[in-house]
Amino acid sequence: MNSGTRLSQALSDPQLGARLVAAIRAEAAALPPVSIMEVCGTHTVAIRRSGIPGLLPPSVRLVSGPGCPVCVTPNETLDQAIALAGIAGVTVASFGDMLRVPGTRSSLAQARARGADVRVVYSPLDAVALARAEPRRKVVFLAVGFETTAPTVAAALLSAQDVSNFYLFSAHKLVPPALRALFARPDFAVDGLLLPGHVSAIIGADAYRPLADERRIPCVVAGFEPGDVLLSILMLLRQMRRRASEVEIEYRAVVSGPGNRTAQEIMARVFQPEASRWRGLGEIPESGLALRPAFAERDARAVFDILPQESREPAGCRCGEVLVGAVRPPECPLFGTACDPAHPVGPCMVSSEGTCAAYHRYGG
Amino acid sequence: MKVVERKGEMGTVEQAGVRREVSFAMLPDAAEGDFVLIHAGFAIQTLNEEEARATLDLIREVAAAGEEDG
Repeated sequence: MNSGTRLSQALSDPQLGARLVAAIRAEAAALPPVSIMEVCGTHTVAIRRSGIPGLLPPSVRLVSGPGCPVCVTPNETLDQAIALAGIAGVTVASFGDMLRVPGTRSSLAQARARGADVRVVYSPLDAVALARAEPRRKVVFLAVGFETTAPTVAAALLSAQDVSNFYLFSAHKLVPPALRALFARPDFAVDGLLLPGHVSAIIGADAYRPLADERRIPCVVAGFEPGDVLLSILMLLRQMRRRASEVEIEYRAVVSGPGNRTAQEIMARVFQPEASRWRGLGEIPESGLALRPAFAERDARAVFDILPQESREPAGCRCGEVLVGAVRPPECPLFGTACDPAHPVGPCMVSSEGTCAAYHRYGG
Repeated sequence: MKVVERKGEMGTVEQAGVRREVSFAMLPDAAEGDFVLIHAGFAIQTLNEEEARATLDLIREVAAAGEEDG
């Protein structure tokens, strides 16, 4: 057993958890009702799985945010990827969750069933390896993900400079601009942010300071064990009582103020920010990543004729509202009836990090 | 996961007897014996044991304080 395992065991110790809950109750008693947004989909799953919402006092409400990369990818992107997969000689590769998301007319998995060459990869390096192994195919990697994934894709591309049949379709999204867009919504009422652990391992906690200052919002970068989440909630409540708006780091094992500078440099060498459309949030300036002009030959959007699609979000699906914390999954009329993990209508029910999938699996 | 071998930009990590080949492009200074966080085939950050212990100490401190108050 290594020290990491020992730590994670301690962080999921129910006795310590119970005492943290007692401390949270004491803190919450001195505050008006508050809402805390867990921004990251992995946190949503961890929180639901461990039953944390049921342990909190009723005055502390957890709201899920736009932190599931597959979920925030709009149908337009998906429809374009499906169109790409329909071009003779083209192979589309992506992460598994992307395949089952219903696009406007079909999913990537359904396109594959109709004969398109669609592959699941675990790492962007696998997509590069696929292109090397099959030089007569044009391999397009549909790159979704936040700042945790974007540098892995950038590094994979840099390692594939000699692989002339490897292309990127970048649909990456950036977390801080999305948070900024959330706060600009008139109906957005959140008192504290539980910030993503792995995104922050790359971009660093300092990346959120401008937002915390500007919006006077308490922030804590949290780890993923129940003890991490409970301690982070406690830290947020304590900030609220002090009327502070700091960016604190609970997940100190892997998150620092500046983050991983090597990863940031790799990402900046390959990508530049661009306006990007999010499911639920619409178009947000500087919230996506486009390949820099030096990589135009590898850019699927420059190389292939990706026609604009007549894309629609699924009828009745409230995924977009779930992603901004405006609606909880059980408030959607399709939740658990027309839409479940076996027959998902929207991406929030498909992705392993999706809020609807987490509520469905672990209860609301 | 624990780094068991480094070879140029690549390396091998291990957890519970399962070994995997990952890229260290983002973590060039990681050494054998370090614990690293893996994402999509890449080592993305080193686990800082001292900082991890500090978090645990903080939790224990809060828990102990709660006991006294309660």
